[in-house]
Amino acid sequence: MTFEIFTFSFMHRAIISGIAIAILCSVVGLFLVLRRYSLFGDAIAHSSFGGIALGLMAGLYPLWTAYGVSIVSALIMTRIKDRFNISGDASIAVLLSSGIAVGLVIIGLSGGFTLDIFSFLFGSILLVSVNDTILILSLTGIILIVILLLYRQLLYSTFNEEQAKVSGVPVEKINYLIVFMAGITVVTSIQLVGVLLISALFVIPNVTAIMYGKGFKQTAIISMSFSIFSVVSGILISYIFDITPAGTIVLFAIGIFACTMAIKSAGLLSRNN
Amino acid sequence: MLRVVEIDHLTIQYPDVKAIDDVSFTVNRGDFLGIIGPNGAGKSTLFAAMLGLNTKYKGTIKFFGTDTRKSKNYLKEIGYVPQKPIFEKNFPATVNDVVKMGLQKESDVSKIDEILQLLWIHELSERRIGDLSGGQQQRVFIAKALVNNPKILILDEPVTGIDQQSIDLFYSILKELNSKKNITIIWSSHDLDAVNKLANHVACLNRTLFFHGESNDFFSNDDLVKQYSEASMQEHMHHH
Repeated sequence: MTFEIFTFSFMHRAIISGIAIAILCSVVGLFLVLRRYSLFGDAIAHSSFGGIALGLMAGLYPLWTAYGVSIVSALIMTRIKDRFNISGDASIAVLLSSGIAVGLVIIGLSGGFTLDIFSFLFGSILLVSVNDTILILSLTGIILIVILLLYRQLLYSTFNEEQAKVSGVPVEKINYLIVFMAGITVVTSIQLVGVLLISALFVIPNVTAIMYGKGFKQTAIISMSFSIFSVVSGILISYIFDITPAGTIVLFAIGIFACTMAIKSAGLLSRNN
Repeated sequence: MLRVVEIDHLTIQYPDVKAIDDVSFTVNRGDFLGIIGPNGAGKSTLFAAMLGLNTKYKGTIKFFGTDTRKSKNYLKEIGYVPQKPIFEKNFPATVNDVVKMGLQKESDVSKIDEILQLLWIHELSERRIGDLSGGQQQRVFIAKALVNNPKILILDEPVTGIDQQSIDLFYSILKELNSKKNITIIWSSHDLDAVNKLANHVACLNRTLFFHGESNDFFSNDDLVKQYSEASMQEHMHHH
């Protein structure tokens, strides 16, 4: 039974997509966490719920409408936040609740909850198709290339906006780029952990890795490793014990976080040695 | 003498107050200009305008003969060290990472070591920035400002909250950069003694410019120094 699961092609797709999403969420999430924007992923995910409901009602593929709605609403919210000087956490609350509100109204209009809605709320990684896997791998590749090409500008504007501006980094454009990449990452990851648990993959491996890593690249690699470990273990264990993968994946991430805290409290974690 | 900075009739109006009122002065290549003035005198406001962070002003600011509103290219020739560098305390960046952020061309990585050596922080290059002392952090930010070989270094009260030993080292580094590398320095400070020792030009700012000229002319004129000290003291009392 235990080794048999490695022979199923749905399991191959789940693990390959899961690893790609783990890498993507770690890297994009690290920029968000360091910008004190940890819950932004959550807000985008909730707004994508409105997009999913819209797609289901209109008979379109829900993920496409989710991409459209969540990216556009995240960019609009960022613009409003800058223009009217609204604080980051308040803008997150607005985006989060409006997405759910729109989704609920649309679901009501189209005759109530269906099984499809639940698979988007809680993820359905074992159901990803070959096409989904190709899409996930391509988007991961594109976003990683963009991050590598603009690494200095992304890092610098995250570290200190004012100084980055003085050094000629187009900070505003970079901010919009991060929001755009976060939008794509969130919707892509919905299939793995669902709307409700996405921010866990953005935040938990990163706050854990920050306690270990010295430099930025090292921290990103540690975060990716934790994330991949959580995703692969979560998928396998949840299949063996027939429990939900999303919850199991997030519990693995929380487990690593808790162990790190324990190691740190015991004084066994020192970056300077 | 090559004029590197020309500020002409600069006025910056905030909703309730004129932060800078009709200020004009020039800086020549190789100058070490100390800008002194009490809290709220407009030093940081002046720098924000010079660095293109605030463009809502009347008058003109020229660097190397070009209006800063017309081109941002001048920023490539400037190194800027802020008053207190603000960053997330547990930001995972090493000293090396931070200095590299300032580097315009990726290909010049070898310069990083050279600059770290110059500032006596090469042994810290793999340490995380948030784990260093205030004085060490300030040297890292100077290294970042210097890594592109800037022609002008702009420093905004750069020794706030730093221990005396680090301050002395910092001042000797500034002196060396100015005299040996001919870097023009524009530096705002509260510390009259330090300005007296280091700067060869002084600009005395309190929303308006009430003195600009050679350092000796300022410090040998007791009336001016007294006037400055009184203004500064009044502002101090006002703040408390």
